[in-house]
Amino acid sequence: MAASPRSTVEAAVKPISRRPASNAPWPLNIYASAVGKKWTMAITGLIGMGFITVHMLGNLKIYLGREELNHYAEGLRIFGDPFVPRGVVLDILRIVLFIALVLHVHAAYSLWMTNRRARPVAYASRRDYIAANWASRTMIWTGPIVLLFIAFHLLDLTFGNLNPSFIEGDVYHNVVASLQRMPVMIVYILANAALGIHLWHGAWSLFQSIGVNNPYLNGVRRVFATVFALAIVMGNVSFPIAVALRIVG
Amino acid sequence: MQFTLKVWRQTGPSEKGAFATYDASGISEDMSFLEVLDVVNEDLIEAGTEPIAFDHDCREGICGSCGMMVNGQAHGPGTRTATCQLHMRVFNDGDTIVVEPWRSAAFPLVRDLVVNRSALDRIVESGGFISVSTGAATEANLIPVPKVVADAAMDVAECIGCGACVAACPNGAAQLFTAAKMQHLNLLPQGQSERYQRAERMVETMEEYFGGCTNHGECQFACPKGISIDVIAYMNRDYMAAKTKNRKLTGQA
Amino acid sequence: MELNAHVPEGPIETLWNEHKFNMRLVNPANKRNFKVIVIGTGLAGAAAAASLGELGYNVTAFTYHDSPRRAHSIAAQGGINAAKNYANDGDSVHRLFYDTVKGGDFRSREANVYRLAQTSVSIIDQCVAQGVPFAREYGGGLENRSFGGVQVSRTFYARGQTGQQLLLGAYQSLMRQVDAGTVRLVPRTEMLDVVVVDGKAAGVVVRDLVTGEVSSHSAHAVVLASGGYGNVYYLSTNAKKSNATAAWRAHRKGAAFANACFTQIHPTCIPASGAHQSKLTLMSESLRNDGRIWVPKDQNDVRPADEIPETDRDYYLERRYPAFGNLVPRDVASRAAKREVDSGRGVGPLKNGVYLDFNAAVDRLGEKEIFERYGNLFEMYERITGEDPFDTPMRIYPATHYTMGGLWVDYNLQSTIPGLFVGGEANFSDHGANRLGASALMQGLADGYFVLPATVGDYLAGMLGTKTVDTAHEEFKKSEADVADQTRRFLGTNGKHSVDHFHKELGKIVWDRIGMERDKAGLESALRDIPALREDFYRDVKILGDGEGLNDSLEKAFRVADFFELAELMAQDALHREESCGGHFRVEHQTEDGEAERDDENFSYVGAWEWKGTGQAEVLHKEPLTFNYVHPTQRSYK
Ligand SMILES: Cc1cc2nc3c(=O)[nH]c(=O)nc-3n(C[C@H](O)[C@H](O)[C@H](O)COP(=O)(O)OP(=O)(O)OC[C@H]3O[C@@H](n4cnc5c(N)ncnc54)[C@H](O)[C@@H]3O)c2cc1C
Ligand code: FES
Repeated sequence: MAASPRSTVEAAVKPISRRPASNAPWPLNIYASAVGKKWTMAITGLIGMGFITVHMLGNLKIYLGREELNHYAEGLRIFGDPFVPRGVVLDILRIVLFIALVLHVHAAYSLWMTNRRARPVAYASRRDYIAANWASRTMIWTGPIVLLFIAFHLLDLTFGNLNPSFIEGDVYHNVVASLQRMPVMIVYILANAALGIHLWHGAWSLFQSIGVNNPYLNGVRRVFATVFALAIVMGNVSFPIAVALRIVG
Repeated sequence: MQFTLKVWRQTGPSEKGAFATYDASGISEDMSFLEVLDVVNEDLIEAGTEPIAFDHDCREGICGSCGMMVNGQAHGPGTRTATCQLHMRVFNDGDTIVVEPWRSAAFPLVRDLVVNRSALDRIVESGGFISVSTGAATEANLIPVPKVVADAAMDVAECIGCGACVAACPNGAAQLFTAAKMQHLNLLPQGQSERYQRAERMVETMEEYFGGCTNHGECQFACPKGISIDVIAYMNRDYMAAKTKNRKLTGQA
Repeated sequence: MELNAHVPEGPIETLWNEHKFNMRLVNPANKRNFKVIVIGTGLAGAAAAASLGELGYNVTAFTYHDSPRRAHSIAAQGGINAAKNYANDGDSVHRLFYDTVKGGDFRSREANVYRLAQTSVSIIDQCVAQGVPFAREYGGGLENRSFGGVQVSRTFYARGQTGQQLLLGAYQSLMRQVDAGTVRLVPRTEMLDVVVVDGKAAGVVVRDLVTGEVSSHSAHAVVLASGGYGNVYYLSTNAKKSNATAAWRAHRKGAAFANACFTQIHPTCIPASGAHQSKLTLMSESLRNDGRIWVPKDQNDVRPADEIPETDRDYYLERRYPAFGNLVPRDVASRAAKREVDSGRGVGPLKNGVYLDFNAAVDRLGEKEIFERYGNLFEMYERITGEDPFDTPMRIYPATHYTMGGLWVDYNLQSTIPGLFVGGEANFSDHGANRLGASALMQGLADGYFVLPATVGDYLAGMLGTKTVDTAHEEFKKSEADVADQTRRFLGTNGKHSVDHFHKELGKIVWDRIGMERDKAGLESALRDIPALREDFYRDVKILGDGEGLNDSLEKAFRVADFFELAELMAQDALHREESCGGHFRVEHQTEDGEAERDDENFSYVGAWEWKGTGQAEVLHKEPLTFNYVHPTQRSYK
């Protein structure tokens, strides 16, 4: 029998989440909902994709030699010169990226937790998925792998803590020094594979999350995601291979 | 044809459940899956075992009562098919068929294969309607509705509320159901004045009970009406728009 | 018992409006104090509960379904009639009225039918405003099609799912009221008795199907909208759970049951494929607009359909009824098909069907257009039979579909128990002896949205200041005890056969002897066999489990027990009605060329039966029918 006169939901059905507080400031109010979190993930994902694209394209300069790459790296630092002091724009970008990353991870984590609550008793028999491919179902694993890799990558090449011979400002040297280590190379390649899978689903999924959906676009969403993920992975993986084959270094 | 059925048996929500194995023989390929359960149940009654409880009514794929996991898929193999429309000709003679209730926090188990889906009604109750009291309607042809709009609305209005989308979703999300109901009304001119309020209320009610969408896309294949996940995108858009529009409409810019 | 139809005096065109004007009203502040119970949340029930809630009454709605959206109404495919005359083809309220009275073979009450035709117009307005996505023309206006038995296009439809969309509209309105707090919805709860105190409906006794708990609920008025009893045949197009229990229990408490033998057999259903068949599937009648019905001329013709040349085919409907052809009314089409199959010319593996062929239409309109019109029906057909109607013609055969009979109601839809109102298929309805296609949805919604809210209000106005009866009253306790007794009896029987076993047996008797054609001998034998089978049932039924949880067999047992009594009444009603009319075809009463022969002199009345107690013969009361506006003629579709 109905639990309360105002609702058809029966007592046996328990809510798993609270409603977003309607008096919260609107960004928080939006973020409090799962749909809002997906929007957040899509937008922060887009920021990340932008970064990854620029990062990969910039790094291609490695093939032009030490001078070119280091010059590019310096260029990032003096961005906005002479209007803003050296490094400021870069730091702002870093902060934006950092916030985006934190939001992306937090949203993912809390969606994951919600979704676990949504099915407390698992299916006892084996599921036979039709659409949910391993890319979509492993987002929760490829995500953390990429996150760990980012941490390592920063300590290795940005801060240098994990780099065998870190020279501030000599990006070319640092990259080659790091990638010459076999385990690092493997980690690098594996992490990029994870990144690729993550992007393949994410770059398609984000359109869905922000409701960019029309008959002209839908067909190309998958294509875009595939091309994008492939391009990033191929670009990124080419670096350790180039180092290993001594094309670079 | 002959089949081995592994069916989830559980006498109540707090009891322990387990699979029981039954033999179904003398099955014709023209039988529906529910008719096979009927046959098994007749045998069980004969043998003094309580029959398998399962929800069903129309047996033609429109009421949305039936619903179970058959071989790991909501409503079993095949697209655009409710369990009652699943005919045995899609299986092979001698197959083992595993049957399990739908599992979701929002669908507490009642008995065997029967679950409580009232949370779906709750979503509709929160805004899945157009507020027009009896007698308050204007002449039907006063507002033309372009054929494409009527057709698009009908595409989603076909939802039978079975909950297969929730059952199939790895996250236990009810996005397809909610979006279908919402978009049916949001597309029509008659539904415009409540459009954004509807979006906000329905989404937030949905989220109280169900998981969140991460775009697996599994639901659209489980859906007996083949409703496309495109509607989820529309819902996401309307929800975000609602967040600004609902405030704007009340003068809060 | 005295039958007073309470039809007001006056010209039929203004009757309903005058009547509404003369009704007493309830002050808005007082409405909340009136409790109304609605049993059933199909089209009629959901529409009534929502509308009563909107008015401000304190409504409680019970349904045995887990959600109102599951009601049997959801399955209606073809469409809903309304006298909008958008097609400009000469339709009008008067014509819809005329067609319905004539289609019903002059066994309905003119005043009710006129009101139905008038209200039909507002129904469409209401449903469109609710967002029902009816089919549209390219210009954005509503599209109409013609539907079995009429020559104008007045049927509104939403693909092949009109019932679904209308029910969802009503359901949405209902849910809006649930949210507003005016309606309390109680799903998975079955009404098992009406409680009558001091001659008035005082409430109901219900059983929670999940916990087995039996409880009493009192109200100022009770509305029954519990659907039809087609499942008395076991095999029918009705949803598996549709049943007569609510109506029958009301009957046992004093509500007269009218025209029980008027049942409709629908001509276009998929033939049964074997003994396992659990229900039959309807293929919308709209298919007859473009499909041509035929059988091979030679009963030994075993060639596949596409190899049978035109000259060897018998398009028997077109041959026999040149004016209406494939669009003759349901009863005519059904009997014609039965005749073909009985004569051995049936098609399909069991030779139990006739062809419904779309070849000509595909040639004329193209496959795309046909798919646009009937795509989902074709898919449905293919899913069930494994055959594609574009390749092999469909096979169809009649099946029980609708019951015109039901609880007797007056002009206000009030039964012979004051305070007990009946709407939708559960009442004996406005369709006389035969319902026209697309008119049930119309009637259910007319009752629910427009008639009941007004007439129930009028009744309640007269009860101002009265309290509902306390559920501790002995009548409530007695009903509760009866339900408990019956439960105990069923669970304690521990016989040999399942409920379904007995239901199938009963169905066979009813289908063979009170089906498409009835005769005296058959009906008399039914009157002997049904009680015998019922005794077997009580002696030998096997129901496992207990009464404290979900127990499907127990639910069915209650329903089948009532079907037994109802079947007996059907036979009795059919036996006494020595004429053929509409869905009631007595073999003894047919014209030379095999058409139904009505007897207006002796049977122009509604036959309403009064329950006299278990084992006692029911007593017939007659409500004479007068026709001042549509003059009775022998139906002819030649
Ligand atoms: C396959 C099919 C196709 C049809 N197509 C058309 C069509 O195209 N056009 C047309 O006009 N008509 C059509 N009809 C007829 C039409 O659908 C029905 O007559 C109509 O929907 C009946 O509506 P209702 O509200 O009276 O009852 P129902 O929809 O049957 O609802 C009955 C309600 O009562 C409840 N109930 C019953 N008993 C109890 C109880 N004891 N306790 C609690 N609750 C109870 C049920 O839970 C349900 O909610 C069709 C019928 C069938 C079978
Ligand atoms: S029983 Fe109605 S959808 Fe399957």
